Amino acid sequence: METPLFTYTLRLADNALVLGHRLSEWCGHGPMLEEDLALANMALDLIGQARNLYTHAGAIEGKGRSEDDLAYLRDCPDWRNILLVERPRGDFAFTILRQFLYAAFMHPYFERLAASKDETLAAIAAKSVKEMAYHLRHSAEWVIRLGDGTGESAARLKEALEDLWPFTGEMFEVDAVERALIEAGIAVDPAAIRPAWDATIDHVFGEALLARPRDGWMQTGGRRGEHSEHLGHLLTDLQFLQRTYPGATW
Amino acid sequence: MYAQALNVAEKAHADDPELRARFQARVDAEEKIEPNDWMPEGYRRTLVRQISQHAHSEIVGMLPEGNWITRAPSLKRKAALLAKVQDEGGHGLYLYSAAETLGVSREELVGQLLTGKAKYSSIFNYPTPSWADMGMIGWLVDGAAIMNQIPLCRCSYGPYARAMIRICKEESFHQRQGYEIVMTLAKGSPAQKKMAQDSLNRWWWPALMMFGPSDKDSQHSDQNMAWKIKRFSNDDLRQKFIDATVPQGHFLGLTFPDPDLRFNEATGHWEHGPIDWSEFNRVVRGEGPCNRERLKARQKAHDEGAWVREAALAHAEKRAARKAAAKIAAE
Amino acid sequence: MTDKTMTEKTMPLWEVFIRSRTGLSHRHCGSLHAPDAEMALQAARDVYTRRGEGLSIWVVPSSAITASDPQDKDALFEPTASKIYRHPTFYEVPEEVGHM
Repeated sequence: METPLFTYTLRLADNALVLGHRLSEWCGHGPMLEEDLALANMALDLIGQARNLYTHAGAIEGKGRSEDDLAYLRDCPDWRNILLVERPRGDFAFTILRQFLYAAFMHPYFERLAASKDETLAAIAAKSVKEMAYHLRHSAEWVIRLGDGTGESAARLKEALEDLWPFTGEMFEVDAVERALIEAGIAVDPAAIRPAWDATIDHVFGEALLARPRDGWMQTGGRRGEHSEHLGHLLTDLQFLQRTYPGATW
Repeated sequence: MYAQALNVAEKAHADDPELRARFQARVDAEEKIEPNDWMPEGYRRTLVRQISQHAHSEIVGMLPEGNWITRAPSLKRKAALLAKVQDEGGHGLYLYSAAETLGVSREELVGQLLTGKAKYSSIFNYPTPSWADMGMIGWLVDGAAIMNQIPLCRCSYGPYARAMIRICKEESFHQRQGYEIVMTLAKGSPAQKKMAQDSLNRWWWPALMMFGPSDKDSQHSDQNMAWKIKRFSNDDLRQKFIDATVPQGHFLGLTFPDPDLRFNEATGHWEHGPIDWSEFNRVVRGEGPCNRERLKARQKAHDEGAWVREAALAHAEKRAARKAAAKIAAE
Repeated sequence: MTDKTMTEKTMPLWEVFIRSRTGLSHRHCGSLHAPDAEMALQAARDVYTRRGEGLSIWVVPSSAITASDPQDKDALFEPTASKIYRHPTFYEVPEEVGHM
């Protein structure tokens, strides 16, 4: 039986790793050399966050599982990331808009988590908040440039927004697991993030001449282990060597 | 900042023997040649070719290793590999910048790569089917590259030398990263050992070819030596690499795929068997395992990025226009 | 594609200056391409400070730099060589006075 704190930490870790993995797929294929390096920097930040969080999750669980055991030896139903991050990378508009949506949420989230009663989570959040501040700044500037760039870039950004918006609701979900942790001062209540998120989205979309979609029906499931078709393929890549050569040291 | 009109004006005296002599005297005195200084046309052409080929090699070189970023076997290896491939992108960027000081734009240089007019290091036309190849590229390919690059830190052309200093400093972790991967495999399970040996068998000869044809067959060597664009001969650098690398391989219990490889007590050098230059020439000509694939991947990234670059430029123009309009309105 | 490559508008070139932790002034460390100043600043951060090299960045459009002409080198820089009285070693201070 997973403890609530273990599940909660795993959710944060899985989000970071899966999104970092998606960003890393761009390496060598970016739209310009400078941006290739920027995407890799963000991927490295997220992979670093994931490593710290997995190590902490392993310690909470107390069964001796390492960061790699958690990343490489779980199948889809045991992954706790939101569906947003597992969407395939798409074009640059999709990638950068997703990064913006994620960072617009995670930046204020980590600001609050830095005051968590779980000291390790607080320390990881304090480090990560600086990284997310830069992700937010970088992705927001791109969203503005694509939205108010050419006809083609605006159309691609709009298309990406239609694809991505239904996946934003899951960031604000709270289940019983998390409710208890919120009340204990360990987890962050996403409802508290809402005003900051709204302000960021409205401001940047305004500059980008992008209409904010209505918060209608939202996708859900990833945090409970109910995933899209895409996560399995991602894990096939991620876990290939560990699965093919069980127990080997790399 | 350097590619200014001055250079164009000076082309008129490209063959002035007095200027040439003064230039050579500066090079001989180990002075650095800077972008706006007078330089022989051949010197400029050689540098543009060499620096841009070097830049292209870094960029194309991201692809074979990029092939394993999503499949790296641990999070530590994943982060290190991603950082390393990212570094290569950075190094390509520094080198394009150095080439640009000679009056060619990055767009032009990239165009030359994509149309096949410019070459890049042939080593990147070999595939990376196994994880061991990540180790082997770091250990052998970066190892060979470092041999070539350290003398370039003292190249007579200032911007190239400065770029190389930065690159060599950053690359110091690349070879160690690769060797550590190979070492872990060599000490691992029989399957992992086999993976490492198989990879060494595939990369050893192409790595030796990276130093280029033997000195007696190399076209550009003498002039480049005089210009201090090149400081050691291809064969000397190759020998230095072999002498450094063979003991590192033996330490891991690996076998080099060269039956003639033996240590000469008298000279203190490892002697190797004949290099198959017909393979080298074939791959340079375009008939390597991945030539088409590599160029197509670059082309695809370039094409798919075109609308992004256009949008960014369009936005910058709009913003500048708005600023100008606001200024007028305020006056 | 070749046509597109050749006709593509060039992305402006920027020079990057970084002030390191050591407290020295900003130093030229390279150049990069970016559509505008904000993106140039971010690119400079992503390209030139990946190993904690800097605490402050300046980016300047390359086209805004005015450089001295190498042919003027003698006129600009030779005349100072003879002004040795600008250097402290020109002046004699007795040893007994100590360090000054």
